[in-house]
Amino acid sequence: MANTSIRINVNGKARAATVEPRLLLVHFLREQLRLTGTHIGCDTSQCGACTVLLDGRSAKSCTIFAVQADGSEITTIEGLSANGDLHPLQAGFWEEHGLQCGYCTPGMIMAAVTLLNDTPSPSERQIREGIAGNLCRCTGYQHIVNAIHHAAEKR
Amino acid sequence: MPATPVLPKLVGERVKRREDPRLIRGRATYVDDIALVGMQHLAFKRSDIAHGRIRAIDTSAAERMDGVEAVFTGRQIAEFLDPMPIGTPFPSPEHRAVAVDTVRFAGEPVAVVVARDRYIARDAADAIVVSYDPLPAVVDTEQAMTGKPAVIHKDFANNLAVALVPSGTGVTADGANVDDTAINDAFAKADVVVSQRMVNQRLAPTTMEPRGVVAHYEPGKGTMTIWSSTQNPHILRTFIAALTGLGENQVRAIAPEVGGGFGAKINIYGEEYVAAAISKRLGIPVKWAEDRSEAFVATTHGRDIIGYIDIAAKRDGKVIGLKLRLIADIGAYNMLLTAAIPTLTMMMANATYDIPAVRCSLTEVFTNKTPTDAYRGAGRPEATYFVERGMDILARQLKMDPAELRRRNFIQPHQFPFATQVGAVYDSGDYEKALNAALEASGWDRLKAERDAARAQGRLVGLGLSMYVEVCGIGPSASLPTGGWEHSQVTIERDGRISATTGASPHGQGNETTFAQMLADQFGIPFEHITILHGDTGVVKQGIGTFGSRSQAVGGTAIHMAGAKVKTKMAKFAAALLEAHEDDIVFENGTIGVKGAPASAKPFASVAAFAYRPVPLPEGLEPGLSDEAFFEPTNNTYPFGCHISMVEIDRQTGEPTLLKLVAVDDAGRLINPLIVEGQIHGGLAQGIGQAMIEEVVYNEDGQLLTGSFMDYAIPRATDFPRFELTATVTPTPVNPFGAKGVGEAGTLGSTPCIVSAVVDALSEFGVTHVDMMLRPEKLWRIIHGGRS
Repeated sequence: MANTSIRINVNGKARAATVEPRLLLVHFLREQLRLTGTHIGCDTSQCGACTVLLDGRSAKSCTIFAVQADGSEITTIEGLSANGDLHPLQAGFWEEHGLQCGYCTPGMIMAAVTLLNDTPSPSERQIREGIAGNLCRCTGYQHIVNAIHHAAEKR
Repeated sequence: MPATPVLPKLVGERVKRREDPRLIRGRATYVDDIALVGMQHLAFKRSDIAHGRIRAIDTSAAERMDGVEAVFTGRQIAEFLDPMPIGTPFPSPEHRAVAVDTVRFAGEPVAVVVARDRYIARDAADAIVVSYDPLPAVVDTEQAMTGKPAVIHKDFANNLAVALVPSGTGVTADGANVDDTAINDAFAKADVVVSQRMVNQRLAPTTMEPRGVVAHYEPGKGTMTIWSSTQNPHILRTFIAALTGLGENQVRAIAPEVGGGFGAKINIYGEEYVAAAISKRLGIPVKWAEDRSEAFVATTHGRDIIGYIDIAAKRDGKVIGLKLRLIADIGAYNMLLTAAIPTLTMMMANATYDIPAVRCSLTEVFTNKTPTDAYRGAGRPEATYFVERGMDILARQLKMDPAELRRRNFIQPHQFPFATQVGAVYDSGDYEKALNAALEASGWDRLKAERDAARAQGRLVGLGLSMYVEVCGIGPSASLPTGGWEHSQVTIERDGRISATTGASPHGQGNETTFAQMLADQFGIPFEHITILHGDTGVVKQGIGTFGSRSQAVGGTAIHMAGAKVKTKMAKFAAALLEAHEDDIVFENGTIGVKGAPASAKPFASVAAFAYRPVPLPEGLEPGLSDEAFFEPTNNTYPFGCHISMVEIDRQTGEPTLLKLVAVDDAGRLINPLIVEGQIHGGLAQGIGQAMIEEVVYNEDGQLLTGSFMDYAIPRATDFPRFELTATVTPTPVNPFGAKGVGEAGTLGSTPCIVSAVVDALSEFGVTHVDMMLRPEKLWRIIHGGRS
């Protein structure tokens, strides 16, 4: 198939590119834009390490072709905090030791952004259900839950 | 005069991790984030059958594809890459990084493509056509021991990788002489004997970051730089140098940010050797990034060991004899530590109990599966599981409270150091204290009342309790083929900042934080003035790595020792400057002064500056402030604890739910309790995962049925209640901090206590044991008997 031109706004910057139609959004972000904060942890959309915001909603960027994102707005972990200040979720993860190896963390934080947008004061159960699409192998999730609580209180 | 700021002591405090800012901003660099100019990508063609002879490989279509640089079959790779070495003294069959004529597990590499990008590399690998003459797949562990349905390696009759090795009471240290008198007497004198076969199932470690490697050989310089997602860059350097024909001084190994290890990234894997060898051959940088489907077949698995346990006891619960026969399914090949892992199960078979006669034996078996190796706990969770489940079965038989049975058998605090029947020397312990703490924290008697009340309503609720002791802080050198020490170099820079290296290369453990806490206290300077360097053999002169819960106990001690040497020298410079005796020099609050004369104190940085321009040079001193230490402990450490769980099983569906998990862990003295809690949580998650939802499953053809996250369940946030943690503190005498190690602890106690809780919940059905994982269907069949 012929390469296709796309325009995507990423972290507030307009980006134009010509891509193979089969190029996954996550590879576009990581390899063409060098935004390597978005990670790849599986190939079946189970782990959520690649979660970004697509037009404001969390989405798994390994499950979307770059061409499908044409005309949309993407926020990655690199674009989450403004002016160098930490986003409340980033601060929460730091305060509450919500990460160890850090590999799932960007995706976990981006999923939590949508969780808190939808449910500003979530219960423990709502937090656990809200991040059930994101896998972490290090933390046992308890400190992640605390981190999201922390962010919900600070927002 | 302005008040001198007082720096808080940091050891023992819940200091926030300094690693986190880069990680939460997405600014960390993992292997797959590295891009070098001219870098090509590798993709492996892997066997899709479990066992067979390679008849032919057709690479022509792949080679014709635009963007493909090269294609190598196993036979071609073998022309410039020797077989893979292992790190254990056991005999081992030849293991090629890429199979030459026979494949022995589904997923074994048979060819490798070098191409411009990862998409083309994958397309080309898919275009390689391999034809096989299939051989029967050896899948069942105990059947494999009869040599059926096939023998996998020609020099290993009956597929025995390690034929029966005995250890314990009546067995000499070399295993050559065996006297059965004591163990037989124990069983002859027993009032009660319980026996159980148990399967500790195969697991997939599944670090969230799969493996990856970038190899960059520079022909002009004759040097290799290799970035790998590894737990131990120095060991990687040693092995890569050996197999590429370079000196260790020509190889620089770098572990950048590493997304979890759990033991699976100790190994030096075929893909790492192949990347290095191809980079050297082609003179270009190459990258390989494992995808998840590959990780399930290509990264080592863990556990997979059958245990036959027999416990002999008196009617009062005193255990007088224990036998444990182990059969480990190690898969198709020996990897770095594969053969040694089950020996740790034997080593810990004495558990927390004073048992007069203990006898173990171990057989290791080849099958047509992915090789096994270390996985969090590595041999110790298996020992804990077999013995603690055995103790639970005994308690049930004796109609005794499981806590009381343990209490009657503990090694007592005054017995330490305690030489076990199976060759370990436990450093320190107070097991009853941990048990009591767990009973109190969980409200054991109240829980029992709750359970009974729930049962009266027809609910299936059970309680489980498990003790554990594990071996950590691995050293001394006799216990590891690499040596059992750790190294550090501490340098006080001209500006008074400290750079300290550690060979304990972390992958989530937070060593940059804990080690800086220690140095901040040691030198009395701000935490922010200390940088911990790790993970790069070009910067960190020597090291072993991070595994076996050894970072703090061994690596932390090396830092402390190197720091002490530099501090002694700095005190001499300070003494010269202050015209005082070095014994009177005190380091505090960012200054160095004379005891009792605070007004004389000089800023720490000015003493550092003097050391680098010492005019005049004090007699007997060289300029500069940098020194190193190798620390080798005299013994391992033996952390311990007690875990308690409460489980409810849905009578209609058989689904178990973990209602409560209380963990008391004694890891000795803690440097950063926040990080310790995180480690315990993570260990618990993996232990609970093993008990309840994780299992690697092969079909009769040796095909992996659990090859993705859709089929292999690692726990999600919804799978857990809040864990309830308590610590007891029993320092170890083998290092100055008294720290024992905590990375693996959570995987030990949680697993048997959950299975015991499920057995307790099912007690009305006369069940004494259920093998993991606790699949609802399995429990439903017990609940519903023969009814469909």
